[in-house]
Amino acid sequence: MRETIRFLRRGKPVELIDVGPTETVLDYLRLREGSTGTKEGCGEGDCGACTVALGRIVDGRLVYQPVNACILLLGMIDGAELVTVEDLAADGRLHPVQLALRDLHGSQCGFCTSGFVMSLFTLYHAHGKEKRRKTVTDWLAGNLCRCTGYRPIVDAALDSCFDAADDSFSWRAAETREALRRIVDSRDVFIGDGDEFFAAPASVEGLGALYGEHPDATLVAGATDVGLWITKALMDLPKVIWLGRIAGLDRVEQSAAGVLIGATATFAATEAAMARLAPDLGELWRRIGSKQVRASGTVGGNIANGSPIGDSPPALIALGATLELQKGDASRTLDLEHYFLDYGRQDRAAGEFVTGLFVPTLDPNQVFRCYKVSKRFDQDISAVMGAFRFTLADTTITEARIAFGGMAATPRRAAGAETALIGASLDDPSTWGPAMRALTADYRPISDMRASADYRMETARALLAKALMEASGAPEQIRLRQPEGSVDDRAA
Amino acid sequence: MTAPLDPHAGADLRHVRKSLPHDSAGKHVTGTAVYIDDILEPIGTLHVVPGWAREAVRGRIRSMDFDPVRAAPGVVAVLTAEDIPGHNDCSPSIGGDPVLADGEILFHGQVVFAVIAETRAAARKAARLARIEVEPQTPIVSVEDAIAADITVLPDYQFRRGSPETGMATAERCLSGVFHIGGQEHFYLEGQAALAVPGEDGAMLVHSSTQHPSEVQHILGKVLAVPDAAVTVEVRRMGGGFGGKESQANQWAALAALAARATKRPCKIRLDRDDDMIMTGKRHDFRVEWSVGHNETGRIRVVDMDLFARCGYSADLSLGVVDRTMFHADSSYFYPDAAIRSRRLRTDTCSNTAFRGFGGPQGMLAAERMIDAIAISLGLDPLEVRKRNFYDEARNLTPYGMPVEEWRTLHAIVAQLEKDSTYWDRREAVRGYNARNHVLKKGLALTPVKFGISFTLKHLNQAGALVHLYTDGSVQLNHGGTEMGQGLYQKVAQVVADELGVTLDKVHITATNTSKVPNTGPTAASSGTDLNAMAALNAARTIKDRLIAFAAERYQCDPKQIAFHDNRVRVGSREVPLAEVARAAHLARIHLSDAGFYASPKITWDRDSASGRPFLYFAYGAACAEVTVDTMTGEMVVDRVDILHDVGKSLNPAIDIGQIEGGFVQGMGWLTTEELVWDEHGRLRTHAPSTYKIPTASDVPEDFRVALYDSPGNPEETIYRSKAVGEPPVMLANAVFCAITDALASLRPGRLPPLDAPATPEAIMRAVHAMKAQEAPA
Repeated sequence: MRETIRFLRRGKPVELIDVGPTETVLDYLRLREGSTGTKEGCGEGDCGACTVALGRIVDGRLVYQPVNACILLLGMIDGAELVTVEDLAADGRLHPVQLALRDLHGSQCGFCTSGFVMSLFTLYHAHGKEKRRKTVTDWLAGNLCRCTGYRPIVDAALDSCFDAADDSFSWRAAETREALRRIVDSRDVFIGDGDEFFAAPASVEGLGALYGEHPDATLVAGATDVGLWITKALMDLPKVIWLGRIAGLDRVEQSAAGVLIGATATFAATEAAMARLAPDLGELWRRIGSKQVRASGTVGGNIANGSPIGDSPPALIALGATLELQKGDASRTLDLEHYFLDYGRQDRAAGEFVTGLFVPTLDPNQVFRCYKVSKRFDQDISAVMGAFRFTLADTTITEARIAFGGMAATPRRAAGAETALIGASLDDPSTWGPAMRALTADYRPISDMRASADYRMETARALLAKALMEASGAPEQIRLRQPEGSVDDRAA
Repeated sequence: MTAPLDPHAGADLRHVRKSLPHDSAGKHVTGTAVYIDDILEPIGTLHVVPGWAREAVRGRIRSMDFDPVRAAPGVVAVLTAEDIPGHNDCSPSIGGDPVLADGEILFHGQVVFAVIAETRAAARKAARLARIEVEPQTPIVSVEDAIAADITVLPDYQFRRGSPETGMATAERCLSGVFHIGGQEHFYLEGQAALAVPGEDGAMLVHSSTQHPSEVQHILGKVLAVPDAAVTVEVRRMGGGFGGKESQANQWAALAALAARATKRPCKIRLDRDDDMIMTGKRHDFRVEWSVGHNETGRIRVVDMDLFARCGYSADLSLGVVDRTMFHADSSYFYPDAAIRSRRLRTDTCSNTAFRGFGGPQGMLAAERMIDAIAISLGLDPLEVRKRNFYDEARNLTPYGMPVEEWRTLHAIVAQLEKDSTYWDRREAVRGYNARNHVLKKGLALTPVKFGISFTLKHLNQAGALVHLYTDGSVQLNHGGTEMGQGLYQKVAQVVADELGVTLDKVHITATNTSKVPNTGPTAASSGTDLNAMAALNAARTIKDRLIAFAAERYQCDPKQIAFHDNRVRVGSREVPLAEVARAAHLARIHLSDAGFYASPKITWDRDSASGRPFLYFAYGAACAEVTVDTMTGEMVVDRVDILHDVGKSLNPAIDIGQIEGGFVQGMGWLTTEELVWDEHGRLRTHAPSTYKIPTASDVPEDFRVALYDSPGNPEETIYRSKAVGEPPVMLANAVFCAITDALASLRPGRLPPLDAPATPEAIMRAVHAMKAQEAPA
């Protein structure tokens, strides 16, 4: 048992004994350390002004990821190097990304700039990136700038982020790795007492025992949602159990049968595997939150908190994903669609937790499509999200799995439309009509600030039509932005 | 001596006209630029959080119970209206903006009390514990509600030219329509903030994130019941303003100062993003009812327009904002006869305020809407119709009687952009694309910008500056303009450096401070550089003139042979370091400091008679946008944008380009993704970036070509013949809206798509359905 958290800061290990369960990294930086370069713009992980970088060893390599400090709990940087905007200039010389931002006029009011600097710093250190505008705009989707119109920032990124890393961080990478190894251990972390604590067990067994003892504790994976309970709802969460140190729980295992995703695997860590399952799935993953949110947020957490608009569940339900849960020593498996009972209510007992998710590979005679419709293309929550898996015998649909987000209190399948599609022919649009009409009975969407009920319903129908048109090999392009790696899979 | 006013000046300029980085760029990128919340807190600083009645929208306060607030950990005090020693109002105009609610809730989000606590976190938690009971009344929420109730915040106003009734009766063709234009949240990245530090004798030093330090000072004088002279307001920089900190910063500075007065300790306030978005005013949304009479060629004969603005619960700056909508309801088009009427409607919602463009964008968009209607109904290309209606030599009088003298610039810019953007080739390509594609449709539009520069309140067109030359040759620069990212400090420093012949590193820029330059106007109306650079130039020139007179005598040479450059003074054939001259002048008891002043010439606007000249000049520009719309979902992508914009002779091309690009993208957000949604109870539902969507990097057109118009210089005698650039580029984004209209118009030739702004996917789908419907909508 360790009663501290430990992280690396400016080359030196820092060990804290006083870590409140809901203290954020941003508050630590600004209020305790006095490092005011990192800004609060929104307090909900949407604007990126508070972006900092976390360095961790992944597969033996030092990897820097951007995260939103405003909703990241302080305890969650245990075992990482924390890098902020003040740390980049070395020996009085600006870092290449700082230099480019300054010289190419990438700052105006400057308030968002720290966050951009840190996002670009992580891009600078990223591996396997392709030098093009889209790489940059993807990377910066979580950083809002209200002054520049982004063009000079994107130019600065293209100018500075695509050469081999040659900065003080790359020079001392070996030392950093060594220093990180020294602070990482496999002990359970527990700071506080039985009434108020931040805990980070190191094993599933440890979690089982602790959660069994404190079923009223809040389980935290990436904190991209729980963080808002703290910063926005001002909830007191006296008992916090962070899952991020549990060995093996972040596994991502791809086999011929499918992908096994551990409960704490982040969206970032699963992006490649999802893109391999289907290009549309990769594109959907890329549009979930932002780089920062995907670096922290977990697929398991997105499911476990049961949001009706969480973007991953509809797609995973259409793909026939199954969920694995554990309580104490007992575990069970259920179809993901059955996990969501009602708004804010899931099939999860007190003390029970999600351990993983299995997403099966598409059969060769299956076509998968999903579409997310939102006011803004990047980093928005969908008004409607539709996912479709059609099983085909030649051009006849023999089975359809259709799930929507934003259409009901939970992500849910369209039973009526699925049935109506059986026997429909991709070659004959007149056979699609019953399914389109059936959607009206499958859902009763609501009106809110994202869209009206009418728009949601009509868009749901449009997305089903789109999926069928694309599956049938529409002669013309029918979506505005094609996902990466998409091919005409009608031949498949 | 007249170099700055000489259109050909430039050859020997060291800083002016150079693309130098923003003065704080190095600090921005290292996180060392200090904003209000970053100022090292004085010992004992307390934190203030505004409290409000979360359930109430409108009604009399029945009871208030703050016992649970006072009992919460860390709470030092609770302030209510009764605790205000002076006047409980922070209005920038005619009153009606209580600092703290006094017996009545006027809108959802109105501040009722303030919690002062040892930490911000403690204050935030405690603020939610108040029990406030309100007798609910049915709120007036929409502009239509307010029209029905016939309630305004200010009297109606109109411009009339010629005989619009006769014009409409005799025009060959008439069209009319109703059009809604949404508002816009500023979403400055740094929220509202202030730090108040009490001093001796009732003095109060307030660091405020404000565009208008003098107004904050004057308001605090009234609220605290102290003389203006006791209050000092300072602002080094804002993390964005966009008009949202012109009047809307007053209340927070007042609360911080009231708390500091009550506790005798420094007090800081920084709004949560949600509170900020709920409590502060936004761009006005409008209902526009328009009628236009025109002939078969698309030439306008007469325009009749009713502009209904939703002002919110108080007048704030709505007088000037809606006037500016009227001043720009002509866009770039000549209306032989016109009736342009406006109503400033009162609703039980936050009080709408200044926002970059200050009403102008809404007026111009309404004009472009009419042009699109004419073009579509006649089957003409909208660009042709635009050009046929441009102001020209013979037809140059605006509906408010000011001649458009520089119409040639407008024609030249549009002609060049038409060519550079290959408009007509692309028009053909778009037509071809739309013939081949049934789901995705492309649209193209080229729209002009003509924006009047000057405050339409005449007295605001003045500025002061304070320049000190020290005996080591360094210069301290101060002026009344505030820095919100627009590069004002940098531009003024460049002007002063060149005037005194020093390198930029010798010019020390200092925070705007009401004790250095008093009685300033707001940094607004795009006028910051025009006014403050000229005031600073006048100060520097006075010092220089004194040095020249001194040096001519000391070094026995002709004053004409004295020149300043690179920190040296050339006196005849020899060169002396400026520091040496300054020291010698000081020993000779020459004053090395001056307070410069400037007032814009030519402004003669008289609102009562609606006559005279409201603007010193116009800034021009044009944009060509191409979009693709998905007619199944309403999603839209801006594929390409070409911009040509007129900044006169630029003081700093990089900064000007930055204003153009940033303004365009902000305008594009206003017209596309940024949707303010109030529910039927009058509560704003989009009060955080999770629900209110400003553009991200991927929304910027992949093909984005921005150029400065090769101007011969501002014909007016502005600083180095430059033109203002803050606001005009917002309206370049009208091209995006018109391009979407164009794409939708392809669905059914001859019918104007009923598209309102913002063109969200849902708004686009509504228009798509109407276009595909068998019967034209009523």
